[in-house]
Amino acid sequence: MPADPMADSWLDREAGPVVRPYAVTQGRVAPTGGEIDMMAFVVATPAETQPAGRLQPEHHAIVAAAGEPIPVVELASTLDLSVGVVRVLLGDLRSAGLISMYEPPAASRPHDVDVLKAVVNGLRAL
Amino acid sequence: MDSVRSDRNGASSRIPVALKILIAGGFGAGKTTMVGSVSEIRPLQTEEILTGVEGADDIGGVESKTTTTVTMDFGRITITEDLQLYLFGTPGQDRFWFLWDELSQGALGAVVLADTRRLADCFPSIDYFEQRGTPFVVAVNCFEAEQRFAADAVGRALDLDPGVPVVLFDAREPLGARNVLIELVEYVARRQLLSAGSR
Repeated sequence: MPADPMADSWLDREAGPVVRPYAVTQGRVAPTGGEIDMMAFVVATPAETQPAGRLQPEHHAIVAAAGEPIPVVELASTLDLSVGVVRVLLGDLRSAGLISMYEPPAASRPHDVDVLKAVVNGLRAL
Repeated sequence: MDSVRSDRNGASSRIPVALKILIAGGFGAGKTTMVGSVSEIRPLQTEEILTGVEGADDIGGVESKTTTTVTMDFGRITITEDLQLYLFGTPGQDRFWFLWDELSQGALGAVVLADTRRLADCFPSIDYFEQRGTPFVVAVNCFEAEQRFAADAVGRALDLDPGVPVVLFDAREPLGARNVLIELVEYVARRQLLSAGSR
């Protein structure tokens, strides 16, 4: 990992002038530490010391919104950021140890029939 | 409960189960209406990077773009505190197919909305879900209670695999949309039991 992952540098020349949404990530388009599913749940971890120096307001907004487990898509919609931007910011927060991520079960795994029954019953009760 | 896990500080948080259902269909077939009638609908921005042709198989005409913004309709239905259903109105244009790949990954299933006046509009969605093996139901949106075709006639016209449910409904009515979702989840459960039994 580079000394300063938030350093003011574009991902590469090919990324071009991606100014608008990805300005908040300093042009980075991929999260550090691996891909993040849009349905993954995010929970803020109680931190004793806040390494706040390199964090942007959007980082803080995510931590504030993730007091209770919240999926990536909810964060994006609530904070009015695109899913791609939220992913990059989550990668930063994960690296900083400020959040825990819970990935959904593997896509290849079939959905549990008991869960499906609970969904049907829940829908009928709406 | 098995959905409870401990984070690294030892405190335990209850992580809910969130299931994804896609609402697809041609332009004007009622996707937004359906998502809005059963859930609190909100916009979701997906600003995506188009990196060459890798992973995005049909971006003809947009090669010069590096990012594209797609706003999807998205809504949540809370079944219980631990079980949530997320609905995604899939972007209709062909050039957003690459977005579907992630949306359909791990999805519970899909609803393909059909408008009998423009039945061909839902062919691409059906082809897509058939190829990916994503379970789907076809929901015929009956505008103004017009019901020009019987459900089985629509099924035949679409050349659906046997067993794929076709439902007639009105996307504006909460109960109609809800019943379509129930039909889908029951269909997924039937498929699951069948495939478990044949093993």
